[in-house]
Amino acid sequence: MATLEFSSSLGNTAPPAGIANPTIVASLEDISKTYYMGALAVEVLHGVSLEFFAGDYISIMGPSGCGKSTLMNILGCLDQPTAGKYFLGNEDTSQMLDDELSTIRGARLGFIFQSYNLIQQLNVLENIEMPLFYQGYAAKQSNEIAMGLAERVGLGDRVDHKPFELSGGQQQRVAIARALAVDPLIILADEPTGNLDTKSGAEILKLFDELHGQGKTLIMVTHSDELAERSQRWVRLLDGRVESDDRRDS
Amino acid sequence: MDGWKVMTDAILESPLTRPAAHSHSSGRVRFSLVRYKKITQVGIKSIYSHGLRSLLTVLGIVIGVAAVIAMLAVSEGASFEAQQQFRDLGASNILVKSVKPAEVEETSRQGFGPPQAIVYGLTLMDVDTIRNSIPGISNVIASRIVKKNVWNLGISMNTDVVGTAVDYPVSRNYNLQAGRFFSESEVRDHANVVVLSAEVADALFPIDNPLGGSIKIDSDYYNVIGIMEPEGFSNLGQNQAGASNSAPSRIFIPFSASKSRFGETTTRQTAGGMESETVELHEAIIQVDDQEAVIEVGEIIDQILQRRHKKVDYTIEVPLALLRQAEESALRDSIVAGAIAGISLLVGGIGIMNIMLASVTERTREIGIRRALGAKKRDIIAQFLIEAVILSGVGGLIGVVLGIMIPFIISAFWGMTTIVTPIAPVLAFSISAMIGVIFGIYPSMRAADMDPVEALRHE
Ligand SMILES: Nc1ncnc2c1ncn2[C@@H]1O[C@H](COP(=O)(O)OP(=O)(O)OP(=O)(O)O)[C@@H](O)[C@H]1O
Ligand SMILES: [Mg+2]
Repeated sequence: MATLEFSSSLGNTAPPAGIANPTIVASLEDISKTYYMGALAVEVLHGVSLEFFAGDYISIMGPSGCGKSTLMNILGCLDQPTAGKYFLGNEDTSQMLDDELSTIRGARLGFIFQSYNLIQQLNVLENIEMPLFYQGYAAKQSNEIAMGLAERVGLGDRVDHKPFELSGGQQQRVAIARALAVDPLIILADEPTGNLDTKSGAEILKLFDELHGQGKTLIMVTHSDELAERSQRWVRLLDGRVESDDRRDS
Repeated sequence: MDGWKVMTDAILESPLTRPAAHSHSSGRVRFSLVRYKKITQVGIKSIYSHGLRSLLTVLGIVIGVAAVIAMLAVSEGASFEAQQQFRDLGASNILVKSVKPAEVEETSRQGFGPPQAIVYGLTLMDVDTIRNSIPGISNVIASRIVKKNVWNLGISMNTDVVGTAVDYPVSRNYNLQAGRFFSESEVRDHANVVVLSAEVADALFPIDNPLGGSIKIDSDYYNVIGIMEPEGFSNLGQNQAGASNSAPSRIFIPFSASKSRFGETTTRQTAGGMESETVELHEAIIQVDDQEAVIEVGEIIDQILQRRHKKVDYTIEVPLALLRQAEESALRDSIVAGAIAGISLLVGGIGIMNIMLASVTERTREIGIRRALGAKKRDIIAQFLIEAVILSGVGGLIGVVLGIMIPFIISAFWGMTTIVTPIAPVLAFSISAMIGVIFGIYPSMRAADMDPVEALRHE
């Protein structure tokens, strides 16, 4: 496979040392994405191939406009690639119907956005419960789960507050709790600290460290080398291509 | 590469079949009512947060539904009233009445000196001619109606005294409440017997039983032998020329007694002085054997009377024809009413569609978030559709309340009969809910068809 050669030539995509039986939770095979604006076609991703292992903590980096968000949207099944294949677990998402993709997003993936994306009319608890609601959880059960997660992100005493009554850092913690509600396979975060000051950002990253410690798979887009320091693997994009892919040795 | 793809089942089961991690199978309720309860709450919240806008939106539905119910009630009432009159007057009856001709009024006003008696109206000769020249007439009941003060000791009232034949109650479907009507022999004997309408009986005999009592008219006493049922809606046939046509009070004496006690000429007070008039018969009920022939017989009677009378001093009423007219106009009314109601429901529906489209645009980002968190297209459709249905349903409910109140107000202030049948509110409400669905579908589909990424980017 050409893709395999290509990606391995870039460097260290081998499974993390010390994990005996590494599991691939997601793999991109020669993904490209073209946006059409009228007659104009702009290819934003040019044949990206990546594999992600269970329990990994990955930072995706690169200059503005290089295609990080585009890649994240594809990884999150919010967008479909123009060409190439995206396997989530052992399933080819390009073959899936809209309803199945919805279920994947709701049941297997957790999103954290730069701008939090909480629903303003709903309070903290209701926001955290939302993914559970769409998975058909009973009210009592989803309530319990949401309460537990609110406490875990340090907002146990704010559950009936509306998003606009919270600070940016607190809102982002609600969003993290919401992303964790269905116990997802992968947590996807696109510049999760982009709107936050250093202190709030640090709190968020502390939460990420905890999640990583618990064996969750995290994929995070960030501009900051400092923040990326905490992860295990760094994927650098440049103009829609994987420029480098490095792993912490240890 | 294949070697690396070792699938640890615990993590990589199909996301579509893998049960959600926190749930027990019993705790999971797919497509449950809980799900729709939650969506309904979302809809109510959104409507509530735009209170005034929502209220204005549903105004069209409110008006439409209220109009449907109110107009149905009015036309139902009108047709009931028409049928009531029709029943009172009889399907196979023709009613001929004397009417003071217009020109006579003027000549009498010009004259000075003692009042001259005006002669007009139906005569016994007319009635005989009609009876003899038209086949298929089974009976003719001729009546004289004179306004008199009637007395029971100290109590008196002014009422119509109807001198008539024994068949009168039968011909008018007008039954006795107590006692009996007078007999053929009493008519022959010019007997001083009287049958009171329920209203007169109540007024003159507030305490005593009227039966066996007697009343005084002019200087004669009459024995009360019967009391009629209270009258229904119909006052038709009661009004003598110039007499009040609202008070249904009247009393009945034998035709012969009326003629011999009161004479042919009656005098009454008018604005311009005293006025005398000579009217032999005030009304005649002509009963026809075959109901099919009633309208035709009515026309023949008109021809006969035209030949015999120089002036138009009579009217002919054919209840069946009146009923047909009433039915026709009721139908026309309900078509107009239906059109008005339909238009306002349509306007209401468009209003709802407009507001739903605005709501969808306003909440584009919310839609994106919900989609990103696992909402299927049908979840989004359900959310907005339920909101539209709640809007139109609330409008419908307000409309039903108004629509039931309006007929009461119409009845109270204009004295029209209105009937709210239970089907009308149910029908109107169902239509309003349907409007919600029909006009909510397009905005909901628009919401569901949004691209999640695009929707999330929306500010
Ligand atoms: N819907 C779209 N239509 C057309 N072009 C798009 C669309 N979305 C993204 N692009 C283009 O694709 C390129 C990559 O965009 P993307 O948002 O992935 O960049 P990014 O790496 O996330 O940048 P940033 O760091 O600023 O967030 C950009 O040049 C952008 O203009
Ligand atoms: Mg971006």
